[in-house]
Amino acid sequence: MSGGGADWNGTEMGLEEKLPSGFMLSTVEGAAGYARKNSMWTVTFGLACCAIEMMATGAGRYDLARFGMEVFRPSPRQADLMIVAGRVSQKMAPVVRQVYDQMPNPKWVISMGACSSSGGMFNNYAIVQGVDHVIPVDIYLPGCPPRPEQLMDAILKLHAEVQEEKLGSNRVKQIAEEEKEALVAVPTIDQRGLLR
Amino acid sequence: MAELPPALSGFWVTFSTMFKKVNTEQYPEEKDKYPPEPRFHGRHQLNRHPDGLEKCIGCELCAWACPADAILVQGADNSTDQRFSPGERYGRVYQINYLRCIFCGLCIEACPTRALTMTHDYELADNSREKLIYEKEDLLGPLTQNMVSAPHEMVPGTTEKDYYEGKITEATPEQRAEVAARTDEESEAVR
Repeated sequence: MSGGGADWNGTEMGLEEKLPSGFMLSTVEGAAGYARKNSMWTVTFGLACCAIEMMATGAGRYDLARFGMEVFRPSPRQADLMIVAGRVSQKMAPVVRQVYDQMPNPKWVISMGACSSSGGMFNNYAIVQGVDHVIPVDIYLPGCPPRPEQLMDAILKLHAEVQEEKLGSNRVKQIAEEEKEALVAVPTIDQRGLLR
Repeated sequence: MAELPPALSGFWVTFSTMFKKVNTEQYPEEKDKYPPEPRFHGRHQLNRHPDGLEKCIGCELCAWACPADAILVQGADNSTDQRFSPGERYGRVYQINYLRCIFCGLCIEACPTRALTMTHDYELADNSREKLIYEKEDLLGPLTQNMVSAPHEMVPGTTEKDYYEGKITEATPEQRAEVAARTDEESEAVR
């Protein structure tokens, strides 16, 4: 992380690099957040029954186009958001990771439904007990499967977080802080009881 | 009857749709217009007796019924100075892991005292695993005008049977005085 995270976190857009730290950055951040949250493209990634609700959310009655999200990109390289919709089997885990790695930064993940959030009722050897064992998750969405309103609620909560996201030197600082916290946090695999 | 050419009949569908009622739900703005069905399975609620004592008796039947192992209950004995429910036992720890819960409602069917029911609350998404484990305080139902919060004594001269037969309708002055005295003590201890 020395020498700034600009080389690997890829959240830069060019303009904010030229600006001194703090100066005008908050306005630019606001504008960038507004643009990002209003044209968030989702990667097509349905794994199980939650995908049916995800498709219903994209269709006319619930209409994700109202949030600029109706395009489910078939290529991860054109996507900003990954909605992990369904149980992640052990065999699927490397694929999930690869699709996530192929998405360009900035990228976000919604873990939709009980199975992808924690394994749900499938507490067995075949299912990854939460997709956050494999990729970082921004929003966890309970439900089996969640109704479209619930998915839209999760998306709106993610939008609120994206709006607040930092840029440039502020983003580098934020990443460093998050990294520090993450290093002392209990790993998911070591959590016991209901957290597991 | 002569049929329209295929291209025209296709566009006719598009054209006539313009005059139909839009069926899109404007979710966050007009969500009250589209409430869930009456039997919708949403977030759980731990109910109270009409005087504010908790209905949960800590029997763990909900945890046993749960197919996803999402519920953790630890019962404890009611003592003479701390009574949370009528009868012998109460639920001391009550946690539901909403990341595991599949909202099947088997816990509600298993509950012998109707302590556990489901609400229509579905906006549960959050950004960490810890926040989605709901404790007893998060699940307990709201206090109405007639209730005072547990722990407090049962209505004088009643047994738990009277509670289940619905003979208790509101908190008595004795119970209100007891809770008021306790909250006064607590606020002085904070000072």
